[in-house]
Amino acid sequence: MISAIVFLPLLGFLIAGLFGRRIGDRPSEIVTTTFLFVSCLLSWVVFCRVGFTGQPFSVQVLANWMTSGVLKIDWSLRVDTLTGVMLVVVTTVSSLVHLYSIGYMHEDPSRSRFFAYLSLFTFAMLMLVTADNLAQMFFGWEGVGLASYLLIGFWYEKPSANAAAIKAFVVNRVGDFGFALGIFMVFILTKSISFDTIFAAAPGLAHKQIHMFGGDWDAMTLTCLLLFMGAMGKSAQFLLHTWLPDAMEGPTPVSALIHAATMVTAGVFMVARLSPLFEQAPDALTVVTIIGGTTAFFAATIGLVQNDIKRVIAYSTCSQLGYMFVGLGVGGYSLGIFHLFTHAFFKALLFLGAGSVIHAMHHEQDMRNMGGLAKKIPLTFWCMTFGTLALTGFPLTAGYFSKDAIIEASYAAGLHGQAATYAFVMTVLAAGMTSFYSWRLVFMTFFGKPRWEQADPHDAHAIADAHHDAPSEEDAGHDDHDEHGHHALDPQESPNTMMIPLYVLSIGAIFAGLAFKGFFIGHDAAEFWRTSLFFGADNHILHEMHEVPEWVGLLPFVMMLGGFALSAYMYIFAPEVPVRLAARFNPLYKFLLNKWYFDELYDFLFVRPAFWLGRLFWKGGDGAIIDRLGPDGIAARVLDGTSWIVKLQTGYIYNYAFAMLIGLAAIITWALVGSGVH
Amino acid sequence: MAIGLEHYLVVAAVLFTLGVAGIIINRKNIIIILMSVELILLSVNLNLVAFSQQLNDLTGQIFALFILTVAAAEAAIGLAILVTYFRNRGTIAVEDINMMKG
Repeated sequence: MISAIVFLPLLGFLIAGLFGRRIGDRPSEIVTTTFLFVSCLLSWVVFCRVGFTGQPFSVQVLANWMTSGVLKIDWSLRVDTLTGVMLVVVTTVSSLVHLYSIGYMHEDPSRSRFFAYLSLFTFAMLMLVTADNLAQMFFGWEGVGLASYLLIGFWYEKPSANAAAIKAFVVNRVGDFGFALGIFMVFILTKSISFDTIFAAAPGLAHKQIHMFGGDWDAMTLTCLLLFMGAMGKSAQFLLHTWLPDAMEGPTPVSALIHAATMVTAGVFMVARLSPLFEQAPDALTVVTIIGGTTAFFAATIGLVQNDIKRVIAYSTCSQLGYMFVGLGVGGYSLGIFHLFTHAFFKALLFLGAGSVIHAMHHEQDMRNMGGLAKKIPLTFWCMTFGTLALTGFPLTAGYFSKDAIIEASYAAGLHGQAATYAFVMTVLAAGMTSFYSWRLVFMTFFGKPRWEQADPHDAHAIADAHHDAPSEEDAGHDDHDEHGHHALDPQESPNTMMIPLYVLSIGAIFAGLAFKGFFIGHDAAEFWRTSLFFGADNHILHEMHEVPEWVGLLPFVMMLGGFALSAYMYIFAPEVPVRLAARFNPLYKFLLNKWYFDELYDFLFVRPAFWLGRLFWKGGDGAIIDRLGPDGIAARVLDGTSWIVKLQTGYIYNYAFAMLIGLAAIITWALVGSGVH
Repeated sequence: MAIGLEHYLVVAAVLFTLGVAGIIINRKNIIIILMSVELILLSVNLNLVAFSQQLNDLTGQIFALFILTVAAAEAAIGLAILVTYFRNRGTIAVEDINMMKG
């Protein structure tokens, strides 16, 4: 059964990818989506089995995958509660996104390719979460990276999409470099990369020193930091976050699936999976906490001023991932996973809702050109509202349980260390900002005056073309589009294939927290997680978090209300206030609007030197030295030598005849003089 | 002065050399090259006939007749090629025929 879950998407990918052109778009859609739904159904069965009744188990797929010296890698699927949770998250969101894409991508000429990529991604993600050793995990890790690259660059006619895809790939390579080094470190320390072996060996390795680069290092801290570097890249944490907002160049369902619900949470999953290692490295956990808190705060500040509807949600994702890492960093691995679980529902919902808005607005993504859509597309509006409620942590919705638990846990952990206190402050501030920018999104999109009516149609048209010249508009869309250039745009509700996933996810966004709180972080947690998460002997965070003062529990709620009130004041009752504020605090506004100038900084620090170095090697090293002394040089000398020989070939018969005559005369002379006739 | 074999051979050698020189030195006209080729063949014929007379062997004279036949055929083919070439290229000047140039 577990094999079916993992390999059905692969089969779907092969069918849609290899034969998509032959069998047509519609069958490709149906095949991949059906397989995904079957896989999803089986995942829930497996989840219930390992979570509530049965025991963790593992299924061998390939007895001996690789053997090299002492390195032996078996390929088997490991299924415990943690895997079960991830299976459910991945297959549920993925199958809903498949269904949604049938509606969203219905104009696109290469739909079968799109569905093939989606299924490939799902397969890779499932390989990642069912990994039984680090090599398998790395395989899935790179597989999702590849699928992410392909899907971000799905509209490869757009230069910006290609640039974003390359950026995502390259930034992820930086993290993967650390991850690979971390795996090597694990192998050096334990002579194995199989989870069972390294988890068993982990307690004995605490405080072990390793000599490297002329200094002694704490082996576990170093290993965990390197592994966490991989998580930072994949989960778009502070310093390696720059690829995530640009990844919004991909189609919206991709953003929902990969860049909100599943792939970006791979880092969180990895840290939770390797909790036995991280428990032995408290310093590394401190770093995780600080990075998480910083990301939560920093991404939220940028989200405050962005105008592209998808970018706001992207920064929100980045910020929420920071929360998850704070949860992990303070030792509450189940908190991080719980937030991952609930976040997958409401963030996928928000992205798909945004996709529905974009679809209704004919590929307009700028919120300044929206407004007043609540009456036009009420169902989308309500779904988005549910998602926003869950994200901001409205009581009894999903985010309320998971996010507030993380904030409480960081306060509780703050009693022992300063890093957690820092994370506590950051996450509380971020909670307020989350509420502000989420409601700002809702208000700008759905309330106020419809700005798409009064906006000069030609202007809107030009903006839409300049920013979002998606190829899907080109075939069926363009006539349509031109028409809208002359008449007012009339937003319509999306088709059912797009709305049903929204309903399902809305239910998840509202009830997932309430339904699963007890199992994930409540009284049944120990029984639920069993051995899949490891808590050190003096890690009591799950108990301590319940003993925090009353005001800590209320604080996020107050921040949420404050953010909501401020947002309502600024965007509904006094719409001129944001403009005045932006003008008054112009440097700050510019600083946030330009994302803390990280892109410019990286451009200056890394991109330009890399280009300079590349140019040096290309022009100087390869062109001037290797080519000049090597192939080009030899070819030039040969040409020099032959050019005067070429001159002999005049093409005149009489020259050749003369040469023959001279030659004949010489031979005869030689024959007569040299051989006998005296 | 009796005219002996040597005289014939000298005349033939002179003719042969003229023919070869005509091929090599001539820069103007392909027809002249054809005529030079004829001249070479005739000088060879002269040699054959002279030796035939000297050695009392008829084979040489028969051979000369064959060569005359072949020369006639060769002249016909050569002129035919020449005509075709002129039609295609519009010239038979030797200096323009250098397509084999490297």
